[in-house]
Amino acid sequence: MATARLSTHRVVVVGAGPAGTRCAETLVAAGFKPILIDENRRDGGQIYRRQPEGFTRDYATLYGTEASKAGDLHQSFDRLRGQIDYRPDTLVWNLTPGQLCCVSQGKHSTVDYDALILCTGATDRLMPIEGWQYAGTYSLGGAQIALKSQAVSIGHRVVFMGSGPLLYLVASQYVKAGAKVAAVLDTSPLSKRIGALPKLLARPGLLFTGMKLLAQLYRAKIPVHLGISPLQVLGDAASGVSGVRVRTARGETLTVECDAVALGYHLRPETQLADLAGCRMRFDEASSQWWLAVDEDGRTSVSGVYAAGDGSKIRGADAAEHAGRLVAMALLEDLQQPVNVGLRDEQRHALAVMDKFRLGLAQSFPWPSAQAKALPDQAIVCRCEMITAGELRRTVSEKGACEVNRAKAFSRVGMGRCQGRYCSQAGAEVIAAAAGVSVQQVGRQRGQAPVKPLSMLTEEVSP
Amino acid sequence: MNGRFVRLAEQSRPTVQLKVDGMPIEALQGDTLMVALLTQGSALRQSEFDPGRRAGFCLMGACQDCWVWTRSGERLRACSNEVREGLDIVTTQPEAIWPLRG
Repeated sequence: MATARLSTHRVVVVGAGPAGTRCAETLVAAGFKPILIDENRRDGGQIYRRQPEGFTRDYATLYGTEASKAGDLHQSFDRLRGQIDYRPDTLVWNLTPGQLCCVSQGKHSTVDYDALILCTGATDRLMPIEGWQYAGTYSLGGAQIALKSQAVSIGHRVVFMGSGPLLYLVASQYVKAGAKVAAVLDTSPLSKRIGALPKLLARPGLLFTGMKLLAQLYRAKIPVHLGISPLQVLGDAASGVSGVRVRTARGETLTVECDAVALGYHLRPETQLADLAGCRMRFDEASSQWWLAVDEDGRTSVSGVYAAGDGSKIRGADAAEHAGRLVAMALLEDLQQPVNVGLRDEQRHALAVMDKFRLGLAQSFPWPSAQAKALPDQAIVCRCEMITAGELRRTVSEKGACEVNRAKAFSRVGMGRCQGRYCSQAGAEVIAAAAGVSVQQVGRQRGQAPVKPLSMLTEEVSP
Repeated sequence: MNGRFVRLAEQSRPTVQLKVDGMPIEALQGDTLMVALLTQGSALRQSEFDPGRRAGFCLMGACQDCWVWTRSGERLRACSNEVREGLDIVTTQPEAIWPLRG
């Protein structure tokens, strides 16, 4: 009975990063052959992204302190290859109950599922700054991908601006690789980090790694400024970025010449597919953003739909590996399959520790919501369609749109080709400030299919 | 301006020849189109909404700021497509081609 069920139960995992890989591995060990769909050409997700064939840098060079974890994950994946139905280079662009709509290399197809496990990861969380539309401004994660995956720097003189652990990690990786880093400009002050120490000590090793990164930057004589307020990316429409201007913690105006800016404030989850599946979301007070509502093991509010990794809760790559195993065990349990209780408790315990640490990170590197309120009217909020903060504010003041989807309909902020990934959170802050309510009250932008733009040339393939 | 991106390592790969707006350029095998174009120029495309030039943003296929086209009108994300020998890339949006028109 149990065997018959295993062979007919169609389990689809979306995403081949740390969560998706560990999830698939746990399912295979339990006798399943899951379908693993990934948008990337190669496994590893963003954090453990593999370099293209023909590149020769070793793991230590590529992944630094995370080299052994990256190696373990890649090897685990390689061992799985023959035991899973792996479909790389495939975008899930929509879903209906029991069926995914996919596109790969211009061909559309559908995939049926009985259980769906979403390990869709995260993208950079952005707060606009005047001038951020100029060529040469990149997301912080993008700056890291340039180096890791292509061995290039995003510019000749790069400023790292924003906040969060990734700011220091990527800046130090650039220094180590021989790129010219002009400055690291962090919006969060040192006092926040000191206040968060008790929580950060939940993972002393990681805290120490963070301190080492900072020490490396100081040793390389990179100017590091904490508690800054971003004012402007300088430059022009034709030639792009020429510098950044910020206010320092002491209230002085600082201008740094550069031709590239890496900008980011930690991460936001990719929840569109879960949203389309009807999964409930919840507002996370600590990070001040909407996350997927999942139970301790990764069950969403919709039966048969599960989630793990940064696509549901931003807790980082280590947590994603644990959550990936745990979510697979949740599915096994729901299917009345045997579960290794000891292994499950280990994952739960590890995640509890990481939860504490992530609260420390959120406290150390807060999302700078006040910046949205202070954005000048002429600053661009939507880079895709060049819509200003002033235009968005007018939808509130003139049209009474105090809810993000309504404001989006009037202003088109969130309707461009990035589909709100890089503007909707800041847009919500602008709307909330203009309406005089909390950001939670203005709601969140609904996911829409297709979750990424499809080509007009996409062909349907008959099953 | 010369290239926007700066190569830091992995420079002994075989070369690949392609065309960008009719001009021949040389790239390295394994380069994304974005790296091929931005190690030799400062932008990828023209914004449709202002006079600004654009050079991509997220490098992970999420922002769609790095679209370029093949001569035959196929749209490619420059960050997630690798160079191929003989590719003929255009950086201005071609006329909309309706698939039914043939």
